[in-house]
Amino acid sequence: MESKVAYDNDLNLKATELRLGLPGTDDREEQTLFSARNNKRPLPDTSKECGSKKKSDAQHVDNETAPPTKAQIVGWPPIRSYRKNNLQPKKSDQAEVAGIYVKVSMDGAPYLRKIDLGIYQGYPELLKALESMFKFTIGEYSEREGYKGSEYAPTYEDKDGDWMLVGDVPWDMFMSSCKRLRIMKGSEARGLGCGV
Amino acid sequence: MRKDRTGISQDDDRSPPADLRGAESSNKTRNCCGVGSVSGSTGPISMEFQAPCPDQVLENVLENVLQFLSSRRDRNAASLVCKSWWRVEALTRSDLYIGNCYSVSPRRAMSRFSRVQSVSIKGRPRFADFNLMPIDWGAHFTPWVTAMASAYPWLEKVYLKRMSVTDDDLALLAESFPSFKELVIVCCDGFSTSGLAIVASDCRQLKVLDLIESEVTDDDVDWIACFPESGATCLESLIFDCVECSINFDALESLVVRSPSLKKLRLNCNVSIGQLCRLIVRAPQLTHLGTGSYSSPDDAVPGEHASDLQSALSACKSLVCLSGFKEMLPDYLPAIYPVCANLTSLNFSYANIHSDQIISVIFHCHNLQVLWVLDSIRDEGLQAVASTCKDLRELRVFPLDARGDNEGPVSDVGLQAISEGCRKLRSILYFCQHMTNAAVIAMSRNCPDLEVFRLCIIALHSPDHVTGKPMDEGFGAIVMNCKKLTRLAVSGLLTDRAFGYIGKYGKLLRTLSVAFAGDSDMGLKYVLEGCPRLQKLEIRDSPFGDAALHSGLHHYYNMRFLWMSSCRLSPKGCQEIVRALPRLVVEVIKHDVAVCPDDTVDILYMYRSLEGPRDDAPKVVTILQ
Repeated sequence: MESKVAYDNDLNLKATELRLGLPGTDDREEQTLFSARNNKRPLPDTSKECGSKKKSDAQHVDNETAPPTKAQIVGWPPIRSYRKNNLQPKKSDQAEVAGIYVKVSMDGAPYLRKIDLGIYQGYPELLKALESMFKFTIGEYSEREGYKGSEYAPTYEDKDGDWMLVGDVPWDMFMSSCKRLRIMKGSEARGLGCGV
Repeated sequence: MRKDRTGISQDDDRSPPADLRGAESSNKTRNCCGVGSVSGSTGPISMEFQAPCPDQVLENVLENVLQFLSSRRDRNAASLVCKSWWRVEALTRSDLYIGNCYSVSPRRAMSRFSRVQSVSIKGRPRFADFNLMPIDWGAHFTPWVTAMASAYPWLEKVYLKRMSVTDDDLALLAESFPSFKELVIVCCDGFSTSGLAIVASDCRQLKVLDLIESEVTDDDVDWIACFPESGATCLESLIFDCVECSINFDALESLVVRSPSLKKLRLNCNVSIGQLCRLIVRAPQLTHLGTGSYSSPDDAVPGEHASDLQSALSACKSLVCLSGFKEMLPDYLPAIYPVCANLTSLNFSYANIHSDQIISVIFHCHNLQVLWVLDSIRDEGLQAVASTCKDLRELRVFPLDARGDNEGPVSDVGLQAISEGCRKLRSILYFCQHMTNAAVIAMSRNCPDLEVFRLCIIALHSPDHVTGKPMDEGFGAIVMNCKKLTRLAVSGLLTDRAFGYIGKYGKLLRTLSVAFAGDSDMGLKYVLEGCPRLQKLEIRDSPFGDAALHSGLHHYYNMRFLWMSSCRLSPKGCQEIVRALPRLVVEVIKHDVAVCPDDTVDILYMYRSLEGPRDDAPKVVTILQ
């Protein structure tokens, strides 16, 4: 059933090393989940997108030429969110931030997700990531009217416990005050946009 | 007599035994047996009898003897001897342990065990902790507490793990059990500080309130102030480091003063070092201390409380366990040196400090048995542990940066050092980027007492980084040489060969975790056919399919659960399991309600149950029938 496993003597470890995070988050060589450069057997699909669940190997072949896409592997490494969240970014000389994990929920979606705000450079990246994670489109943001053109609006709970519209405050302020995200749907979403 | 140890009757449809009236003792096998016993960890069928008791004197004697039996496994065995022993055991069991809340209904459990004082219930499977399960999957405490409210009015202790608990549940608990003494909640969610307030104010006999790694919503309720305000409390343990709420410090201090029996206190992050000092001074009898944030943002001079803290800590002659340090200010590190020599347990796994600083603490900790650290300890730090902590039994090394972009501050070097220095090691959890077979083999030889070996090589499919070979031989050595091994987690590049070793040598294995490993169905077959004691099997992202699943049919009734996510299962294959084993509940859970093609199974979660399919499952869960 499975193809033979062949191990290269000089495994290109760097190339096969799988990392988390979205494109554009670092300068290093980016790898996809299924590197076709090694001769490994076809890997089980870890992407959470059902549409890309594969029996075929088409995805592997594409990897060499396709733009690298890092899919976030849910639940890996197996560390409880409680632990991830409690590692605060250090005031000391740490170049790497330990991660600002916030929960993301979307009205109607059965699963919560957790994302690391620290890996995004700004709102456009974050919103794009959310769109891709939950498979929906966010409308056009305007300060006056919030998000127009879609029935969804991204909101967040800040440190005071208030629900705010994503995008209203400068990015840095948002990063430090956001406790969790919620993608609202429908009339509740529209209510937030106007006349607040 | 029954053949298998768990007590599933081989012939379900046997009619109830004939009249048992007889003068002889109840040891006659006749047909008293043949009915399963409902117990926490086995799951056979239960039948209700109205047969008269043949020998009352013997039963009284039995009752007096059986009440001393505390191990639930012994009790399960005793209950299978005959009907009389079953009945008496049920009357004398005071601790009810439900390993899977869906394996038995509250009503059934409570009608069998009528004199229970302590209940432990576990709900979600462990992989739910890693966002792999839908949020409202289930494991509700409500039906249990509702049933217990009338069945166990003298209930004293409740232990919950991975359950959904509401404030109403807590209110019902506080109201229904006047003798209530101990509440331990681990990895749960669904309740808030309002619920805590009710427990604090209404449970007047409360000795233990332990909230561990749970999600507690902050309702802005000052629950600490809700403890009875005057007179001494019975409190022995108050653990709330996971509750992210502001703390009324005066109320807390007053509570500590009024709690002369307080031995365990674990604070949350909102207690400063100055406040910590004041609390410790009030409670020098503490044995377990969680320091909260261990920082002092308002210091005029950094470390200005250090000597106060040090003398306060020195007064705690009984302190054996230290934890917290969530925003640790290194200036305050030396304050703990005086207590290090007595420490048997140290949890530094939230302390993001330099390796040198950790080492400076470790050098004082000669008696340490349990150590939890971050991988920022580095291999050098682990070498210090190896040379100092000769009594170490349990080590956990967590990754600071879960994203795994870095080169890995701990490696095979650290593992090798630990194996050479800490020969009494029983349990290890080790996160790293890469590993070598040699280091794992060394550990298997140097640490023969290992019962728990969990190695998480974060880089997926990572081979031995020196030889380039799979990690098969390393894990093989572990199962072969560690004769007491009951729990194993594998990772890295693994072929079916590794699973062959596990099946061949892992005879005592009860829990196995597999991720991104194996080549083919043979891998899973080896395990299912070779490991007779396997109770909990959790597998993700591995190429095991229907044929492998079927190879375990002989064993699934003996297990608590099987979890397989992102493997190669089909709905048809899972359906055949249901057909073959009617007492299994087979849940197929989708990642997404919307788009998924129906020929794949995202998550399979199956478990034995006396109750059949549950009725509280969300839409993404399909229970096959």
